[in-house]
Formats: sequence, structure tokens, C-alpha cells
Amino acid sequence: MAGETEQKGARPGRGTKPGEAAHPSAPTVAKLRMQFAKRGRARFSSHRDVARTMEWTLRRAGVPVSLSHGFSPHPRLSWIGAAPTGAASEAEYVEIGVTEHLDPALVAREVDAVLPEGIAVVEVVVAGPGALADRIDASRWEIETPGVGDEELARAIEAFLAAPEVSVERVTKNGPKPLDVRAAVAELRLSLTRTDEPASPDREDRARAATCGRLAAVVRHTTPAARPDDVCSALRAVAGLEFPEPVRATRWAQGRLDDRGELIDPLAADRAATPA
Amino acid sequence: MVESVFERLEPLLPRVRKPVQYVGGERNAGTKPWESVPVHWALCYPDAYEVGLPNQGLMILYEVLNERPDALAERTYAVWPDLAELMREHGVPQFTVDGHRPVGAFDVLGVSFATELGYTNLLSILDLAGIPLRSADRDTSHPLVLAGGHAAFNPEPIADFVDIVALGDGEEVVGDITDAVKEATASGLTRRQTLERLAAVPGVYVPGLYEVSYGADGAIVAVTPTSDAAPARVHKRTTSDLDDWPYPKKPLVPMAETVHERMSVEIFRGCTRGCRFCQAGMITRPVRERSPQGVGEMVEEGLKNSGYHEVGLLSLSSADHSGIGEIATSLADRYEGTGTGLSLPSTRVDAFNVTLAEELTRSGRRSGLTFAPEGGSERLRKVINKMVSEEELIRTVATAYEHGWRQVKLYFMCGLPTETDEDVLQIASMAHEVIRAGRQAAGRGDIRTTVSIGAFVPKPHTPFQWAGQTPPDVVDQRLRKLREAINSDRSLGRNIGLRYHDGQPSLVEGLLSRGDRRIGRVIERAWRDGQQFDGWSEHFSFERWMDAAAAELDGVDVDWFTTRERDDREILPWDHLDSGLDRGWLWDDWQDALAAEEQDDCRWTPCFDCGVCPTMGTEIQIGPSPVAQSGRPSLPITPVEHRTSTPVHNPALAADRR
Repeated sequence: MAGETEQKGARPGRGTKPGEAAHPSAPTVAKLRMQFAKRGRARFSSHRDVARTMEWTLRRAGVPVSLSHGFSPHPRLSWIGAAPTGAASEAEYVEIGVTEHLDPALVAREVDAVLPEGIAVVEVVVAGPGALADRIDASRWEIETPGVGDEELARAIEAFLAAPEVSVERVTKNGPKPLDVRAAVAELRLSLTRTDEPASPDREDRARAATCGRLAAVVRHTTPAARPDDVCSALRAVAGLEFPEPVRATRWAQGRLDDRGELIDPLAADRAATPA
Repeated sequence: MVESVFERLEPLLPRVRKPVQYVGGERNAGTKPWESVPVHWALCYPDAYEVGLPNQGLMILYEVLNERPDALAERTYAVWPDLAELMREHGVPQFTVDGHRPVGAFDVLGVSFATELGYTNLLSILDLAGIPLRSADRDTSHPLVLAGGHAAFNPEPIADFVDIVALGDGEEVVGDITDAVKEATASGLTRRQTLERLAAVPGVYVPGLYEVSYGADGAIVAVTPTSDAAPARVHKRTTSDLDDWPYPKKPLVPMAETVHERMSVEIFRGCTRGCRFCQAGMITRPVRERSPQGVGEMVEEGLKNSGYHEVGLLSLSSADHSGIGEIATSLADRYEGTGTGLSLPSTRVDAFNVTLAEELTRSGRRSGLTFAPEGGSERLRKVINKMVSEEELIRTVATAYEHGWRQVKLYFMCGLPTETDEDVLQIASMAHEVIRAGRQAAGRGDIRTTVSIGAFVPKPHTPFQWAGQTPPDVVDQRLRKLREAINSDRSLGRNIGLRYHDGQPSLVEGLLSRGDRRIGRVIERAWRDGQQFDGWSEHFSFERWMDAAAAELDGVDVDWFTTRERDDREILPWDHLDSGLDRGWLWDDWQDALAAEEQDDCRWTPCFDCGVCPTMGTEIQIGPSPVAQSGRPSLPITPVEHRTSTPVHNPALAADRR
């Protein structure tokens, strides 16, 4: 075969057995918990998209993420309840195993600097005792409803809250399943933080922009999870409300629902556990 | 002022599949203010985003053009029917994913055709952009539609739809086109004057400045320039030193899932193995290697800028780089333990491939190995000039199993010139022998092999450009017989997978590959009847294509373009386009093929006068690199003290490590 002799230099493997990592990753010495946001155009990314992006971003930033052992090493990231495709979020969480002790504020800064447009680090803390998943059982959402004004929404909310049960059909991997949205919703009202965007004069849908209502909802993490779309389906079911355009949802917070109906910041305990 | 259409697009996105592919915002992408530059390029890959985004050619030109102070480049991809329908309904035009600017507003729409299967998508894109389909109907308010890429070496089927064609390597010609467009705009030239100006740029072909006449037998009589500005022959462009062009420096990292999620470094361009079926190997000559040092620097930079877990060392046959052993060892050493995979495509079938693969997978990942004997019988391998004996193949594959690989993939083609049923059936006996030898070498029974078969399509600028394409039903029949032969021995057959596609799409590919200007009407008809996304089986309709051909062709038919063998007197539609290969040499090589005579690789043996080097003023460039010769390490040495689980060393984080 031509070329055989020209190509010296490749050495045979060094006694590694197939399927065995030659150099297993350094052990995990700490875990970091990151709150991050998915905004603007990035809201159209799916959980898989975000997960892939975060893995690559952490490598760009040079964060020594620990790797799983074995045949095909994976970075040790644990994800908590991702916002659905199409929804924005200011409160997504991921736990990152690292092989060195790092200043969480520096990690936040360095990772944020190399994230793609629309994904941003909100905060990084060193994980204290206890599982992050145990500190999250509900989300606070804001849902914009282009083409449906606050007045219509208010009537639907009233009907929804008065109903003992509002079942919608949810398509899951195992076929359609009924989902009781009423049971999942801890709170539903008109959003109080309404700030109408100024309608640009040449926008066709100017008239519709004027009738864009805003819902605020606190939703418990049931299985399957009730999404903002399900809340809207529930309003349709209970009050015949039709949404002429896709709604725009933003998750503002996740956490554990306390007795007063407030969400407790899931990173508060870690912050308290870390010496300043 | 060119405004973003994003505000109008956004409400449509929640209603479509995988909306993230339309929003842009990739890491390392960016936009420039529209008014800041005189020349605006929209670069298009005419297939879905998931296929187009990783395309190296487009990524290279995107960076090269955006580095110019007088140009901006944005990207656009084919839009799936679900969104296209909504865009039409709401009056949203074809847009770029960078600035969401309407494609119709750009000065140049550069379309990269890796295959002919993008032609119908070109029409969809033009239509959605509001650009007239035919070059003749466009004026100075419309973009110049430019075709490039390998398929552009016979652009005749799309000659009516494109304004200009760039032959060969794109790195330098895009700059020359930018200059010409800038001047034309500044001096207020008409469309015709602009095209004539562009016809003077080396490597640029302006189809509209030529007239094609046909004889009574259907064959071409002459291709005649209709303007003094149009040269009789157009020669391809060749980028001479790859180390001068270390692109992409900052690979685009998408949020959406794509078909190749890795960073790629082109380690050499061109190939002189001389496989007679291989258009890429023929049209990209001569061989130009990137130095091991250049490769090392690009890998380092690329990993830093992308964060990818995998590096692909790309070329037409990467194991043939004269410094590949050194490159593989250095990279494997440097990235060991960082969770970085290394891979290279290789068509070689010899023990060196196994050694190399072993080196690259040192730190773990060892999935499958691919070998490409291409032809089932030794005779057929001589016809196609793929010199490997069955004995060598079996020995090589056995070595792979012995060294721990459990899965070996063998790649073949069906429908090659002079092929008989017997040639194809020998694939079965070879596969059986692979399993037998593999079980013995591995000392276990659970090894597998997958036989993957593609239908052969004769391509322009290859020795097989004169060959008759094998009809799809013959290919399908041979593959059915092959399946039976493989399964005739259950104990061996159960460890052999067979993958192939039916032959019909290949006939359409053949029609588009070797078609002339008369095929343009067929493409337009098929597209008007709903044909697009030809590379996707769920969108492909053979009947639609055949109906379109029957309706539009007069005096000639699909068989005339595909299954008919040509003689050496016939003027081929692409004869006036020069890939550097001497037509006489190609014909002789075709005759050698028919006589089952092989041709050596001119990298290791004397020149056989294919014509490329003298025509193009180029030369074969292979190592050893000067640096390696002087005994110094040829990859840049970087500190490795903090190479833990990431290949990137961030001093900001390191400073605080306790």
C-alpha cells in the first residue's frame, strides 16, 4: 500500500482495555448551583438545546467540571425542571460537579461572558447540605396573552378559581392524559406589574397589542407538570376563552411554596451556609 | 434602511417544529450595522439548518467576509414547509438568521451546493425571498445569485436560475467578487455590465453570457460566449497555502441540534488517490496539506472558542496526511483526560488505520471503525482504482477486532461501471469472512459488522463522467440478491447488518449531476409541483420528478441523461468549465478503468499528468514540515498544569484556585 512507510509516529494504545477510560476524571470536590435565565430569542430553545449549550459553555469558560467515568465520559450536570420550549425564564437551575474549589462569583462572571445571546447567569453559589430538588416544588409564571385583554382574562380567572376541578388533555409519551390544572394552580390573578410596551406606529398588530392581557400564576410542579399552555387551555375549557395568538410565558421564580403562598428562594440556604 | 423581520416572524415561531433553528444567536455569530459597509452577502446552505449550520465551507466564508471592513455576511438556510407556509400567509420573506434581514435586500446571495439535491430548495428560497426565479428577470435591485460548492462544477441545470458561479476554492474569490460588486455599485453599472465585470474575475462563470446549441441527436453542438467579456473556458480557483487560511477560527456553536456537533479542522485539501468514482477527489486537486503546527493551533483555538467535546480532523482521506501519526499522537497526548474526543474520516483499508484509530481513542470512546473497500470484487476495485486486496482487508479488519473494536462498518457502492451481480455478491462472502476472521481474532462471538451500500452516481469531471448509470431496478435487484446471500449462512449473517437505500433517488441525482440547461425546466416543473428537500426521503417523490421530466424534455429523456454511455466526441455540458484535469487524461483513465488497470497516487509515485498542477500553477504540498525537520516539537506547547476536565485554561479561574 502506498504511503505506508511515510507515516510513522502513531504509537499503539497503552494497554487500555476497550471501553475503559484510560484517565478517569479527577473526583468531584464541590458542587456549584447556578441560577440562569433564558430570554428573548433563546426562549425557543428546548431543554436539550440549553443542556448542550451549557456543557459547551462551561468548557469554553474553562470550568473544571467533573466527568462521569466509563466508556463515554459525560460532564456531571444535574438539571432541575426546565422551562418548556417557547417559554422564557429568569429562574432555571443546574447543579455542576467540579474537580476544584472555585469562587462562585468568578465562575458566574466567566461563564456569563461566553454564553450565547439570550442565556445569562443570574447567580452561582457553592452547594450546601441538602438536595436542590427538595427546595423546589412550584413556579411563578407571568403569561402575556396577545389579543386577549385583562377584562376577558379576569372573567375567566373568576370562573377558573370557582371550579372545583379543571381538566385538560395533555399529550404525553404514553398517549393523552387528563391533567387537573385547577389542582396544580396555587394562585392565578391578573399581573400587577403590567408595563405596556409602546406600540410602534407601523406595526400591523398595533390594535391587538393594546389588548394584551397579563396573567400571574403560581403553579405547583405536578406530574405531568402543568405548563403555562395548560393554564391557558384550562381558561379555554372553563370560560370558552380563545387565544388568537400564541401566549408568551416567563418563569420569574422557582422554589418551595410556603404557608403564605410565597416561593422560598432555593439558593437562600446555600448562600447562608457559605462563609462570606 | 434594511429592517429586521424578527418582530413579524416571532409570533409564527411557537407554531412550528424546532423554532430555535430560525432565531440565530449562535456563539461566535454576529451582525454589523447595514450602512457600515458597501457590500452585503447572504450566505445560504440550501438545506435545513441542522444540516447547513455545520457546513465548513459556509462557516469559512462567513468569517473571511466579515473580517473585511467593506463587507458583511449573514446566513440563511432552507425553511421547512410548516414555517414557509406561515411566512407566505403573513408576508414574511426569506430572512437571514443573523440579523433577520430580508434576503432580497442583500447584494449577493451566495449558495453553497454540496450536492445537486439542493436545487429545488434554491427555488423555494428565491421565491420566499421575492427574488425572480430566472436570472434574466432580475435587475440591479435584486441580489446577484451566486452558486458555489462541488455541485457548481456542473451548474448547467441551474444556469437559468443563478447569475454567477464560482469554481473551486472560495476563500479568495469571494474577496474578488466583493471588490467587483463594490465598484459596480459605485459606478452605477447596469445588471449586464456588472455581470460582464464579474466574468473577468478568475474562477467566475456567468452562465447568462453563453449560448448553448443542440444537434438533432440531442447532444450539445456548441457552448458559445455571447459577450467579449466572457472567456471561452473558465478555470477553477485554488487556494494554495492552507496555513494562510486558518478558518474557521471561531466555529459557530448553535443552540439547535445539528448533524455534526464537533469542531472541524481541515487537515488537507485535495486527494490524489485517484478513486475514479470520486468527484471530490478529482475536482479539489492538488493535495495541499496544513502543517501539523497549523493543525495544532487551529484545534487549540477552536476548542477554546467552541467548547466542543469532539474534534474532527477533516479531509477526503485524513489518514493520508504525511504527518498524521505525529498529529494524532500530539493531540491525543495534549487532550488526554479532558473529555475531548478525536476523530477522522478515512477511506484507507490498511493496518495503519487501526493504529491511528487506536491512538485517537486512547482516552476512552471506542465505538466503531469504518473501512471503505467500495467495490465487492477485486476486479471491480481495479476498475474504480481502489487498490486493496481481499486478504489485506480481512487482515486489517481482524486487527481491529483483535484490538478491541466490536463493530466495524464496511462501505461499498453498487451500480459501478462494468459491475455484474457476481461482483456485488462477493460483498457477502467478504462480510462472512470478516465475521469468521473477526471472531477468531477477538476470541469471542459477539462482534458485528455493518455493510453500508450507496448507489453509484456518475459525476462530471471524473473518469466515469462518460459512464452509463446503472438503472435503479438493477441496483435494487442486486441488493436483494446480496441480502439473500448474506443471510444464506445464518450463523454468520446474524452478525452482519446491511444498510442501503433504494436506487430511485440516485437516478434523479444522476439527472441533475450530468444534466445540461434543458434540465432547468425539469427542476422548475418539479418544484412547482411541490418538490423540495430532495435529500429527505419523506419529501422526495420519484414520480414527481419523472412526470416533470416527461413534461419538459423534448427529444431527449431521463435515460439519455443518466443510463446512456457517452463517447469521447460528445461535448459534455461542463466541458467549458475547467477543474484542471486534462480531458484526454480523464478519457484514458476511463479506458484504463474498463480494462481494470490501476493508477498510482502521485504523492508517492511519479506524476501521471492529470493536468492539474501545470494548468493551475499549483503543486502537491506535503510534509514533512520545516519545523518538524528541525527536530523541534511541531505542535505549539501550552502549559498543561490545569488541563483537568476541560481543554481550556482560564487564567481568571486558575488565579483563585485554592
